[in-house]
Amino acid sequence: MPKAQVTFEDIGVTVTVPAGTRLIEVSEKVGAGLTYGCREGECGTCMMKIVSGGEHLASPSVLEDKILKENYASAGSRLACQAQVLDGHIVVRPG
Amino acid sequence: MSAQVAVLPGQPVAIAPDVHWVGALDPGLRQFDIILRTANGTSYNAYAVRGTDGVAVIDTVKAEFADDFFARLWACCRPDEIRAIVLNHLEPDHTGALPALLAAAPQARVYLSTAAMRMLKGIVKDGIDESRLVVVDEETRVDLGGRSLRFLYTPYLHWPDTQCTWVEEDGLLFSGDVFGCHFCDARLFNDRVGDFRFSFDYYYQHIMRPFREHVLSALDLIEPLPIRLIAPAHGPVLRDSPTRYVHRYRQMAAPLLANEAGEREKTLLVFYISAYGNTARMAQAVRDGAEGVEGVRVSLYDLVSGDSVPFVDLIEEADGLVFGSPTINGDAVKPVWELLSSLALVKVKGKFGAAFGSYGWSGEAVGMIEDRLRGLKLRVPRPGVKVKLIPTDEELDACRALGRELAEHLVGRSAPRHIDFTAPGALTA
Repeated sequence: MPKAQVTFEDIGVTVTVPAGTRLIEVSEKVGAGLTYGCREGECGTCMMKIVSGGEHLASPSVLEDKILKENYASAGSRLACQAQVLDGHIVVRPG
Repeated sequence: MSAQVAVLPGQPVAIAPDVHWVGALDPGLRQFDIILRTANGTSYNAYAVRGTDGVAVIDTVKAEFADDFFARLWACCRPDEIRAIVLNHLEPDHTGALPALLAAAPQARVYLSTAAMRMLKGIVKDGIDESRLVVVDEETRVDLGGRSLRFLYTPYLHWPDTQCTWVEEDGLLFSGDVFGCHFCDARLFNDRVGDFRFSFDYYYQHIMRPFREHVLSALDLIEPLPIRLIAPAHGPVLRDSPTRYVHRYRQMAAPLLANEAGEREKTLLVFYISAYGNTARMAQAVRDGAEGVEGVRVSLYDLVSGDSVPFVDLIEEADGLVFGSPTINGDAVKPVWELLSSLALVKVKGKFGAAFGSYGWSGEAVGMIEDRLRGLKLRVPRPGVKVKLIPTDEELDACRALGRELAEHLVGRSAPRHIDFTAPGALTA
């Protein structure tokens, strides 16, 4: 099974998850400080900062891109409810 | 009728040369948005600003008061003179007359924030010609001829969409809900109306306080402005010493309690309630574990003898919160829920949280409290401790470990952990 590792920097927890997992599926389980609103990529509440390993996430969809732009997201920001891990090691924190 | 009454049926009220209040009074209202009470109603303040090249309408009113609004608006301008409709805030009490205004003035463009743009389709259900919409930023200027509108980015006061509108030439700040209050008085101006200080502070405490950081950012934008008049979306128009109200916001946005912990100390509050002393013993163990971590100041509170109001003030300033509750009839007990349901008044997002409790046969309380803490956007990095009836020494050790580990998170000294979610069903469990 293809796997990836994600480190939630704010709580010092690293998880190993199957490739294709969205961060929303795991961040609440470990108690990370990523917070969610609509959970459907519309409100922008779950914007997070990718500290490293952004290349190991699937590219943002048109919808995610639109919401990031509307919220003046800085480079390296993604929506935790949308971002899917592919492989490698990604480090994230609330942002 | 008193000579001081400013608001008369069907008549706009001049608040500055060629600037009129065209809102509505709602003296019968006693409860607003479910969460707010008012002893003497409210007002829905809308304004018409005239330049040599046209008129801007700033906000509208609650739908039931649309007739009052249009009567006043059409008394000071024609529909075809309206060039701009400014939406400082999309909540229905300010946009109830918007669909009719859009239809009456089809040439007018609508100026709103990015977040408001996303909400608008929920307000104007019949759709709106998108070419009429202008998303504003700090650089946007709407020239009305002789006076112009600029916009301050003041989100989360108290919705994501909120903004203020500034007329530089006259020193007029159309502040939306900021500096507003639910106080209905036909004398309209702050130097004429009855004493509204309590209403002003109450409104801040219930509407703005959860967004304190955003209030401070907004004040940084507002304080340098040479303000001559503040025209909020509710309550009196602030023409006498308007900056006094800006200062009052600055005061209210300061922490209510002086920091008694050292500047570098973190604070952890342990709240508990106990039927037979078992959850109380667990609470003491959580406290003991946390106290062993240098740089953390721990406090223990029995909810059975406490009023939740001062606890809310403590929680606002705390770094970590732990809740202990027995499970009674499959639920956490009422004093715990009362306190947890009071936290919408303050910002708790990002604080660390945990739960524990003794139970007789099922023990749902701990998980329910953890879910609530997550719902309040706390970080819950450690699973809570559930103990069947009387805690053993080992179980009290687990409580001490919970307190210690949470305290270590507060000071940034928690040991890194690794969790494997690749086993079948691990993510859905």
